[in-house]
Amino acid sequence: MAERESRAVIEMGAIGPTAMSSSKKFILMLSKVWAWVFLGAMILFFIVSVQITSDGAVNFLTIRNSQNILVAITPVLLLGLGQTFVIIGKGIDLSVGWVMSLTSVLAALAIRGAFNDGIPLFPSVVIGLAAAVAGGALVGLFNGVMIAKLKVPAFIVTLGSSFIVRGVALLMAENTTVSGLPRGIRDYGNNALVYYIRGEGGGLYFLERPEVSGPLLRNLDRILPYPVVLTAFVVAIAIYALRSTKFGRHTYAIGGNTEAAVRTGIPVDRHIIMLYVMSASTAGIAGFLSTLRFSAGSAVIGDPLLLSSIAAVIIGGVSLFGGAGTVVGTVIGALIVAVLTTGLVMLNVQPFWQFIVVGTVVILAVIIDQSRDLIVGRAQSD
Amino acid sequence: MDPILSIRGMVKRFGGLVAVNSVDLDVYPGEVVALLGDNGAGKSTLIKCVSGVHQADEGSIDFHGQRVNFSRPIDAQRQGIETIYQDLALANNLDVGANIFLGREVQKRVLGGLFRPLNDQYMLDEAKAALDALEIHFPNLAQPIESLSGGQRQAVAIARAVYWEAKMMIMDEPTNNLGVPEQRKVLELIRKLRDQGVPVVLISHTLPDVFAVSDRLIVMHRGRKVTEKKTSETDTQEVVQYMVGALDDTHEGGETRGTA
Repeated sequence: MAERESRAVIEMGAIGPTAMSSSKKFILMLSKVWAWVFLGAMILFFIVSVQITSDGAVNFLTIRNSQNILVAITPVLLLGLGQTFVIIGKGIDLSVGWVMSLTSVLAALAIRGAFNDGIPLFPSVVIGLAAAVAGGALVGLFNGVMIAKLKVPAFIVTLGSSFIVRGVALLMAENTTVSGLPRGIRDYGNNALVYYIRGEGGGLYFLERPEVSGPLLRNLDRILPYPVVLTAFVVAIAIYALRSTKFGRHTYAIGGNTEAAVRTGIPVDRHIIMLYVMSASTAGIAGFLSTLRFSAGSAVIGDPLLLSSIAAVIIGGVSLFGGAGTVVGTVIGALIVAVLTTGLVMLNVQPFWQFIVVGTVVILAVIIDQSRDLIVGRAQSD
Repeated sequence: MDPILSIRGMVKRFGGLVAVNSVDLDVYPGEVVALLGDNGAGKSTLIKCVSGVHQADEGSIDFHGQRVNFSRPIDAQRQGIETIYQDLALANNLDVGANIFLGREVQKRVLGGLFRPLNDQYMLDEAKAALDALEIHFPNLAQPIESLSGGQRQAVAIARAVYWEAKMMIMDEPTNNLGVPEQRKVLELIRKLRDQGVPVVLISHTLPDVFAVSDRLIVMHRGRKVTEKKTSETDTQEVVQYMVGALDDTHEGGETRGTA
């Protein structure tokens, strides 16, 4: 009797995913890697088409171009990283764009103030970073407490706080720009780990920008600018945190089944607050970097980046319903958006087309995601 | 033998409604107690008072000889009372190992504890061992449990409770929405729990299930316990009479007749 029963178990096991046909398996696999495939295909397309349209004069895949793309995605990616955690945890953070603006202003004010008080440049820059991250964290704390404790929907809270933050940023900047920063900070935002000069008399230079002029200057390429290095560092932490730590596991659990997370004793409220603090803090890093890069604080810099960052997150496969997605996916998503934008510009396509293309890719990404769910049968109702 | 769980005079009111009306209930080691009753009889409310979802207005709960007062479900869980609801307590986007260790993850120590990544391999191995102990076999443990069937997920929830050494298990309609072979499997699991000495309180509408696995049954009607019998000493017909209120030991005998 008992033996027969336990055999029923084994049969029960066979009802599961092993019963999938090979064509379904193929589609499933494709849906998992499609973003990589799409990115690769897109780069290939631009390499070829840019060559053709420019009669071989312009090359898409140059060091300079690749580094430009990396610099361009830094802010989008930083905003997207926090957003990745928040959305996997079944939330949304609409405030990151304006938080980036606010923290750009905060960083500029802090650096200017510290430097004018006689503090040397490097410590002043560190103070600027601290001010930006702390300012962001404060907004995140507000968002998180409203959402977790007062149970106001995340969409509403972060929409409201983004208006508040916008106002505060403009008030603090006393208009839109904070200038008068020490000259040297430009280097922090624009110098690179490695320099490369093509051709005769050139070569590789590490950490120090070579003093060159004339034709050599035209051949000078920056490799891994500091903002890219800092962002890569944050990305590495985010990958580790989401994939391999308790914090990441709980984020998925809350997104997958909040009720289950509560029942197993996960401190869900505290966790949700932490997610918004993280999201706004990484937006703070983005604001800080933009201040370094442009040697000025801007109270409007982040606003247009919000939707791009959400687009990157969604293209990267993060489910808006929570519980699914990866940091690497978001990186790919951000790369896709940046490569598309850069490539279209190099093809001399009217810049407005990039919006149309990016929008199409976002919708396409979600359709692919959903078709996978249909195949696997996400919420099996047996 | 002393009861593991002992409830005396429990009353729970919702406004003017008396959902549970001075109910006594004992659960002994290694037995399956079925809690029966029509919708609104108060069985779920009674159980929620035990598992910490509700707090009783009157009466006492003793668990392992200790007076207990659970203000949250997690308190009851920490004492070893596991309640298994259909689908409620699992994260479908996580794999079996992650679910069994949810909220109690095992970490590695890297660089003297500077980094503490999850020890997924250990959790997976332990999960497999826990499932093996209950003779549950899945083809692939390392994928999200959303691809499992309802019965398989139920089995994961039971394995989790067993792994964390539940001292008593409450199951609310465990065979609802399951196919026939899966229902059989869940009942088999309940028997296994009993054989391992873990008492099970089973709430069910499905009388064949109740007669298949329970040792004792308690019928509630309009908040009161109307009878308590050994399963072997009654039959479906009699139980139905109690459930609809046609029979009532408390009226017949003046007080509740316990057979335990």
